[in-house]
Amino acid sequence: MKRAILFFPLILFIVIGGFLYKGLFLNPQAMPSALEGQPVPEFKLLTVNNPERVVTNKDLTGEVYLLNVWATWCAGCKIEHPHLINIANTGLPIYGINYKDELEAAQQWLKDYQDPYQFTAYDVSGQLGLDLGVFGAPETFVVDHHGIIRLRYAGTIDENIWLNKIKPLVDTIKQEAALVVKS
Amino acid sequence: MIPELGNFSLIVGLAFAVCLSIIPLVGVNRNNLTLVRYARPLTFGMFFFVALSYGLLTYSFIIDDFSIAYIVQQSNTHLPIQYKIAAVFGGHEGSLLFWILTLCIWAVALAMTSRNLDEAFVARVLAILGMIAAGFFFFTLLTSNPFNRIIFDIPVEGRDLNPLLQDIGLILHPPMLYLGYVGFSVAFAFAVAALMSGRMDAAWARWTRPWTLAAWAFLTGGIVLGSWWAYYELGWGGWWFWDPVENASFMPWLIGTALIHSLSVTEQRGQFRNWTVLLAISAFSLSLLGTFLVRSGVLNSVHSFAADPSRGMFILLLLAIAVIGSLTLFAFKASDLKAPSNFELFSRETLMLVGNVALVVATATVLLGTLYPLLVDALGMGKISVGPPFFNAVFNPIISAMVVVMAMAPIIRWKKNKSGTFVKELGLIAVVSVLFGLAFPVVYGGEFIGWVAIGMGLAFWLTAATLKNAKINITNAQGKVDVTKPTQSYWGMVVAHIGIAISIVGATLVSHYETQLDIRMDSGDTVSLSGYEFKLERVIDVEGPNYSAKQAHISAFEDGEQVALLKPERRVYLVQTMGMTEAGIDSTLMRDLFVALGDPLDNDAWAVRIYVKPFINLLWLAGALIMVGGFMCMTDRRYRSRKKAKASDKVDEAAVSGQPA
Repeated sequence: MKRAILFFPLILFIVIGGFLYKGLFLNPQAMPSALEGQPVPEFKLLTVNNPERVVTNKDLTGEVYLLNVWATWCAGCKIEHPHLINIANTGLPIYGINYKDELEAAQQWLKDYQDPYQFTAYDVSGQLGLDLGVFGAPETFVVDHHGIIRLRYAGTIDENIWLNKIKPLVDTIKQEAALVVKS
Repeated sequence: MIPELGNFSLIVGLAFAVCLSIIPLVGVNRNNLTLVRYARPLTFGMFFFVALSYGLLTYSFIIDDFSIAYIVQQSNTHLPIQYKIAAVFGGHEGSLLFWILTLCIWAVALAMTSRNLDEAFVARVLAILGMIAAGFFFFTLLTSNPFNRIIFDIPVEGRDLNPLLQDIGLILHPPMLYLGYVGFSVAFAFAVAALMSGRMDAAWARWTRPWTLAAWAFLTGGIVLGSWWAYYELGWGGWWFWDPVENASFMPWLIGTALIHSLSVTEQRGQFRNWTVLLAISAFSLSLLGTFLVRSGVLNSVHSFAADPSRGMFILLLLAIAVIGSLTLFAFKASDLKAPSNFELFSRETLMLVGNVALVVATATVLLGTLYPLLVDALGMGKISVGPPFFNAVFNPIISAMVVVMAMAPIIRWKKNKSGTFVKELGLIAVVSVLFGLAFPVVYGGEFIGWVAIGMGLAFWLTAATLKNAKINITNAQGKVDVTKPTQSYWGMVVAHIGIAISIVGATLVSHYETQLDIRMDSGDTVSLSGYEFKLERVIDVEGPNYSAKQAHISAFEDGEQVALLKPERRVYLVQTMGMTEAGIDSTLMRDLFVALGDPLDNDAWAVRIYVKPFINLLWLAGALIMVGGFMCMTDRRYRSRKKAKASDKVDEAAVSGQPA
């Protein structure tokens, strides 16, 4: 019986090794597309700018917008931030989700670097992030006028990504929306 | 011709490694001393050819041989010479060759200094090192050969070394880290040899311990240098990010810390043998796991190296062979022997065990946090990330508990201690520590912060208890002070433990009291932060050997007096056209002024980031102390003994009644 315990480290390693093996065939950059084509998950959160204001899905606009997950502990978010401000200046609404962060730090961030967001939902527990399947910050979702997620982008948005990946899709969605109104 | 010669040397080195892993073991098995004695010459041969191969690759870098694909990727004719030499280990292929070279250095060092040890035992250890080397030779030659040639269209210029790596940090950090990482292979080989021969005795622990201490001290240095490099070069302003790659080097360090303490118990009391063996296996396994995580790209990391599944597969295979092999051996051959002596609840053995368990639990949480995204993904439960909040919330309490025990362990006696004397010696210190901790944040920062109180209280407790113990130990029977009375390894322990206390102070203060300002500045603008005034004097153009840069001159004033002129730069490297921020830092022991130049804004204005970081330099100082402490223990007289060490199960009584290690 005592000898059986000595096998425990071996078994533990074999289990971990199995996961590592499986990990080789997964791409941490690749996104599950499960949420693409799905509506934005239900949420009810306070905002960073005004910790007494409650926001839900209903507060998101009926036109195309970006949903941006960020945090002050995330280095990529800092790099991305100026680009978000440029994008917001083009008139495209951006909503922020402040992910597993400290309230004061997040408020300071918005004060220091300008605030490109319509509002930022304060997702301190990471529940909305979990529902969105977020695996890290920054991440950005393109949501259409029906509230359906059309694209998920994990990683830092720069000029290149914006022009080649996101803006074309946003323009397409805008055209779709215009068609609906006409017909 | 030269690269082919390098490649050929590498293959010859492999041949030596294969022979080394077979011949001495056959010799031991057949009791054939001639074969056993082949171990040393084979080790020297393996080392010679690896060193030759590495030298030839370095030579090719220096003469800019762009017919080698690896050099095209890593170098450029304009790259300064010291970076050409360092660039050899700056990429994947070269770093593997460097890994093997480091392993061979350790093996040669062992072969040269182990003449007093049991011949068969050393042969086994060297054979195991040979096996590990052979695995990495195959890895390098089959998946990542640095000598691969470009046959057609040989480029006239290289793509240049990644600008982030063109720094003194690249020259210092990887060699130190590798010496530590790879050094645990020696402890591993000792442990496996002990399992094979069924000899896990005090003598075995005594042979292993200096090697483990050396590896651990190097790893300490490597981690601290890495942290320092990230802090000042990457311009992120932080010093620890709980990034997978950082964790990959931190986990072996934590287990290595447990191992050097557990070895000390095995050496002096004959206890914890199976535990020690298991730790030695774990330390090396975690080093290999770190190599796997860094090289295979299974996790997202700020250290984004090129990922390649076939390489990951190969390392996983090496990891599996090493770990499954050694743990199976462990399961069948772990010592059944009852420990020669017993200990009571209130003894140093108990505290060492508690500290060890805390370190292992801390390692397990770091491992869990590091692998969790992978586990969840592999189970098809989606993608998640684990950020610093998890690590801080879980790691800090465990380590705090460990520090409480750590201060007491050197004071309490082996085997059994009277509780009365213990309270007398430490009671007052405990009370003062709690009061000091509670008062500190209020006095220093003006408001009470729980973690600051805990951190400062613990640091005080550890320092005071260690010094008090040292004071008792240097007082000889006549009541006179005699610093030579305790052993050198005792002083090493004191230095390292004080180092830990200082690192706690540094980490606590900089985490809670640093201030930061991101602001737009025109020439002539002045801003103030934490009692300092910063004035942007001007921004000028400067030219480096392979980059051009904008350099800002920012004067820092304290109470109207200039204390520093900071020169942060924004560089553009010509070949990779990559922008880089070079921070301007003014350091004193009390604080760092850290200025980074951001994006140029309109009208000659610049985005500037300013930090005032109190006591961050204590972290580097602490790292140096811990490392020095490790080396002091390692060079203790008892490990240098010229006498042939006797293999016996008997506990060394002299060491028991002497000083703690």
